Amino acid sequence: MSELVTKSAADLVALMESGEVSSREVVDAHLARIEEVDGHARPDGDLTESDVHAFLALTAEQARRHADDVDQRRATGHPLGPLAGVPLALKDVITMRGAPTTVGSRMLQGWEPPYDATVTTRLRAADIVVLGKTNMDEFAMGSSTENSAYGNTRNPWDLGRVPGGSSGGSAAAVAGLMAPLAIGTDTGGSIRQPAAVCGVVGAKPTYGAVSRYGLVAFASSLDQAGPFARTVEDAALLQAAIHGHDPLDSTSITQELPDLFADLRAGVDGLRIGVVTELQGDGYELGVEAAFRDSLARYEAMGAVISEVSLPHAPFGLPAYYLIAPSECSSNLARFDGVRYGNRVDAPTAEEMNAATRAAGFGPEVKRRIMIGTHALSSGYYDAYYLQASKVRRLIADDFVAAFDQVDVVVSPTSPTVAFPFGSKTADPIAMYLNDVATVPASLAGVPAISVPNGRDDAGLPVGLQIMAPLLRDDLMYRVAWALEQDLGLSPIPTGGNAVAVPQGV
Amino acid sequence: MVTTVKDGWELVVGLEVHVELNTVTKMWCGCSTDFGAPPNTNVCPVCTGQPGALPVVNREAVTSAVRLGLALNCDIVEVCRFHRKNYFYPDLAKNYQISQYDIPLCQDGWIDVDVEGETRRVRLERLHMEEDTGKSTHLGLTGRLHGADKSLIDYNRCGVPLLEIVSRPDIHDPETAQAYLRELQAIVQALGVSDARMEEGSIRCDANVSVRRIGESLGTRTETKNLNSVRSLGRAIAFEAERQIATIEDGETIVMETRHWDEGRGVTETLRRKETVTDYRYFPDPDLVEIHSPADWVEEQRGTLPELPAVSRHRLIEAGVDPAQALTVVGTGVLAIYDDATTGGADAQTVANWLTGDVSGQLSTAGVTWEESGLTGAHVAELVSLVAEGTLSNKLAKQVLEAMIDARGTATPAQIVEERGLKQVSDEGELRGIVERVVADNAATVDAIRGGNDKAIGALVGQVMQATRGQADPRKTNELLREVIAAG
Repeated sequence: MSELVTKSAADLVALMESGEVSSREVVDAHLARIEEVDGHARPDGDLTESDVHAFLALTAEQARRHADDVDQRRATGHPLGPLAGVPLALKDVITMRGAPTTVGSRMLQGWEPPYDATVTTRLRAADIVVLGKTNMDEFAMGSSTENSAYGNTRNPWDLGRVPGGSSGGSAAAVAGLMAPLAIGTDTGGSIRQPAAVCGVVGAKPTYGAVSRYGLVAFASSLDQAGPFARTVEDAALLQAAIHGHDPLDSTSITQELPDLFADLRAGVDGLRIGVVTELQGDGYELGVEAAFRDSLARYEAMGAVISEVSLPHAPFGLPAYYLIAPSECSSNLARFDGVRYGNRVDAPTAEEMNAATRAAGFGPEVKRRIMIGTHALSSGYYDAYYLQASKVRRLIADDFVAAFDQVDVVVSPTSPTVAFPFGSKTADPIAMYLNDVATVPASLAGVPAISVPNGRDDAGLPVGLQIMAPLLRDDLMYRVAWALEQDLGLSPIPTGGNAVAVPQGV
Repeated sequence: MVTTVKDGWELVVGLEVHVELNTVTKMWCGCSTDFGAPPNTNVCPVCTGQPGALPVVNREAVTSAVRLGLALNCDIVEVCRFHRKNYFYPDLAKNYQISQYDIPLCQDGWIDVDVEGETRRVRLERLHMEEDTGKSTHLGLTGRLHGADKSLIDYNRCGVPLLEIVSRPDIHDPETAQAYLRELQAIVQALGVSDARMEEGSIRCDANVSVRRIGESLGTRTETKNLNSVRSLGRAIAFEAERQIATIEDGETIVMETRHWDEGRGVTETLRRKETVTDYRYFPDPDLVEIHSPADWVEEQRGTLPELPAVSRHRLIEAGVDPAQALTVVGTGVLAIYDDATTGGADAQTVANWLTGDVSGQLSTAGVTWEESGLTGAHVAELVSLVAEGTLSNKLAKQVLEAMIDARGTATPAQIVEERGLKQVSDEGELRGIVERVVADNAATVDAIRGGNDKAIGALVGQVMQATRGQADPRKTNELLREVIAAG
């Protein structure tokens, strides 16, 4: 049964529908895989260098019960959703009753949320089986998952390298064959960049397409949950299961969302694909550039019209993002004060207790961003920083509107580099922030963007292509990604000298 | 006369009034706003600021705010938004308050108030929406957060919709401030958007007070809190004016600070200095979207506003009600009863007399509220009419009223009269017999009356009343006594 862990969600559903396997068998196979390669079961600090450590908590018992329940309903002919019985890994930033939600922080160590996020409710309604909660950079702040308070997650393609971040655990779980599907969240690239460096598909839907209710906020105007999968079709299936209006989230879109499958396989013949002038060249590794050129050639060969388009304000995206996101975070994270939930460090007065709790509970990157954001919102600095950054944000959104007058989608490399070794960027926050240079423009504009594997560099490490589509045209983004995936025919199974072990016979 | 400050000085006051709305649910979630529920029972992930929870605007609260804004002659802003006001406090669940900053829902209104027969206009700067905080109880010697052994927090009030109404510094004496607050309270009550009870904290008032020598620019202001009644507001402003003038005349300067009104000692004291101005780091709340109040919807609201207190008072005065009583009828929430009672033709002034006099007096003595009493306008009208047609004397009517309150509205005045046999004796034949007997039995008193001591007739009236168990028509009794004595 071990080959089950290499199957796509769509294939697993077909097998379950035909009665060849049960959801319970699928779930057990994945739990066994987790036990084999994740090292989750070993106590904190006792992880070995071959452990992926994608998970912070497993919900194995609930998962088995849920799978049995799905099997029973399938056997009795009850109607089931298109992903019923498929296992999934859930980023630990999304609340789910019955398991802790730590957000990768000491601050919320052991905190069991009293309510389910809307995403969690929708997963359950779709009978998608949650295996556990995945590791992440603390409060989703980071691009390598090295900011987790609970240890690193290793990249399944090279266990000496980072899985990207902040959704590194979810990306690694899917790449490492521990789950065919995962939920991540993307604020400035936190789904797309780990997807790229872990060789999987990761999509950030149109801002507002997926409810943020129950997503522990980092930067509210940017945070968006989305799917990880090893195929474009699976990613689209998962997005379709979780998107849609939610009255509990005021920023949730009320318009009807597009059908992601109507034209999924329509190809790119006649589509106009724009290459973003400002998101290529200097700073992008050779292997990344080469894969990017190859993808463009493939699209052209498939009949797409390739042209250059400019997002003139995109170069200001990174500084604008690193003002807006920390500003919102400085306010969003104020609630972690030791009064109502999470860790508390006692002190003689309430004020001292707040300070001691926050000093002990937050890691250095979180503190850095709270400081930056607090400063950017301070009177006397607000206009120069927060307000100015908000204006840049508007200009970038306008740039996208102008670009989409000329082309149907725009593309860029997802990340300037492939997965980098642990510790190589932790000493230099700016170097770490530069990972997001290509992903933040779409975040600031709210447009949907996906990363699809588009090749390997010389060392065999995965590279990703980013496809950005107009607001609410998530369907177009999946369609363009699907065409490249089919044309390339890459295997998503990790290979290489330092890759995670894969099941025999695969 | 209004209270004046020392010659050569001018007092400048602006008021910030917070009104807690009486919507069924809270500002951002579906929790009940019920006052007095056991601690931390009307709470949910949203109002306790659980990680990941999000606010959604309560449309009913926006409607209430717009209606109050219209009643206060404000411009309603078509598109407004919410900001976050960031500060740490244990009973503020998110450690920021969702409020409005650069674009409030309503701006530029006014309230006309009557001060000693003169109308004064107090302009309003803005009316904006925000959320209430939880309630802290500090156990220990001080009763305040500082120095408490232990603090308990009740989040029931957290997220209850709150309106803040900010006046311009148009107030120059304590009486105008008091009239402003009373008028605002009456308007809020007329609209029914808040319980408007100062003692329960559903209306709270802070006073910004400064003084200046006439002709000079505005002085440094202080903000006084803990004003729990209209009376405290007036006293605190008067105290603060005197204190500030004395301070300046002593060559010292006024410090910008928040002061606490001590009701018992009648003084204001420093609560906290604003030397380091708190930086609230306001920014637009990214969890919320803009609020749209389209002009046609606003006009629809304007068209369905109830009669406002100033108009009601004018109407009552026109109908013959004494102005002071009109103020009371409109200001104490009994206008609907008055209107019901007078619709059937009962005399306006008589109804007002009853409502502001005996009815409110007896209710207060019995410790019963209007709502609990079950009394209706029809009850009052019937009582007034029984007196007018001579069935009841005023004295009997008061007994009937007492019985009505006891019955909590389950018995009409006519039923009580019937059951208790309280009918006034005005049948001439029956009464004449009693009067003749009393005159015969009190020869000495009768002589005194005949001798010119007219007042002595009171004793005889008393005897007739005693004989009829109080049910004799006093006017008729008086007439008959004089007739019989004169004839004798």
